Amino acid sequence: MSLLEWVAALFLVCGGFFVLVGGVGMLRMPDLYTRMHAASVTETMGTLLIMTGLILIAGWTLASVKLFAILLFLLFTGPVASYAVANTALIAGIKPQLAEDGPQIGGPEVPRP
Amino acid sequence: MITVLGLFTLTFLVIAALATVQSRNLFVASMWFCIFSLMMAANFLILDAADVALTEAAVGAGVSTVLFMGALSLTAEHEHVRERSGWLPALVLGLLFAVLFAASFEQPRLGDPLAPVHQHVAPFYLSETPRLIDIPNVVTAILASFRGYDTLGEVLVVFTAGIGVLSVLSFSPKKNQQLSGEGVAERVRGVQHHAILRVAGKLIIPLLMLFALVVQFHGEYSPGGGFSAGALFAAAVMLYGILEGADRSAKAMPQDWMLRLAALGAMLYIGVGIVCMMLGGNFLDYSVLSSKPVAGQQLGILLVEFGVGLTVSTVLIMIFNAIANRSTY
Repeated sequence: MSLLEWVAALFLVCGGFFVLVGGVGMLRMPDLYTRMHAASVTETMGTLLIMTGLILIAGWTLASVKLFAILLFLLFTGPVASYAVANTALIAGIKPQLAEDGPQIGGPEVPRP
Repeated sequence: MITVLGLFTLTFLVIAALATVQSRNLFVASMWFCIFSLMMAANFLILDAADVALTEAAVGAGVSTVLFMGALSLTAEHEHVRERSGWLPALVLGLLFAVLFAASFEQPRLGDPLAPVHQHVAPFYLSETPRLIDIPNVVTAILASFRGYDTLGEVLVVFTAGIGVLSVLSFSPKKNQQLSGEGVAERVRGVQHHAILRVAGKLIIPLLMLFALVVQFHGEYSPGGGFSAGALFAAAVMLYGILEGADRSAKAMPQDWMLRLAALGAMLYIGVGIVCMMLGGNFLDYSVLSSKPVAGQQLGILLVEFGVGLTVSTVLIMIFNAIANRSTY
């Protein structure tokens, strides 16, 4: 493997790590807003790193340009979608869980600090 | 590796289907259905059917979800559950499952070149497309030229569906029913109070329309064609309707003009066929359209695909406008 491929592999593994962290966070976080916070790691860091890795593998080709366009699109729409979901939840009356509230009913158990 | 990915999408497909059926909240059910379509599109892509994947992603995951949302705003959110014994449907389903399961043993291996489906007409299409039509995307050649009759039928089905939805929704709404709740009462137009959504959406709309045009007119060289392009174009108009209010999207794309354009698209398709007959060929035999048969085929495919795209996009816009502009059912 050339140096470029090693760098690309590093990017891909890091991106995969952030996607995994996002998934774990989605399951482990106590309420909707913190879960969305975890999920948005997937669509920003995960997308950025994986797409960069793929662009490095593809080199100076048309595929790279397309991947870059997809990267821009995802980076542009993902946070906006997160904002829309969070804002709608807030308007619908879902309150963020605060530390003094204790664990939510039905939610996973959170260890108190 | 691709097998693992295929197994993942197929498993998730089953999970999404079960969740769609199981969820009593119709909003949740339509979201699951959107995920189902997205998985289906990924699965088509794994099977190297890029054209179908594009159409499935645009229509199944995009447009139909918006239409479900629009229909849901007119009805109640929860499914009305009727308790009754389901032994007959269970029996029928069990039998069907048994038959399909037994038949699956007779199926050829996936991708087997000797399978009947690859031996019937597929070799003819693959070997004759470069000579007869000379376009790289064989799918477009089959769809628009070799199987032109089928596609004409599909276009007419889409047109008929649009007419049907319009006639179903043409009666005036009940005056005393206000099921859509606070949103209609407040007369909020679109999501105008969300500055971020509007700014982001307005940047996406022109790109989406441009991409629709690329898919429409580049369909001979890359995956795409009239159906997916029409859905993408309609999705752009729907995004405008969601952001700025359906009354504005209906004003930008008036219903009576959409109806005329939908009819024009279908007529363009049939008209190309009739012109072929007048020039001495068979119905939808594009070779006579130009002095060179190959150029005639390409011209015919371009015109026919444009007719398909016109009909599909206008019918989808028409249905969206009709549903979204009703305050009650």
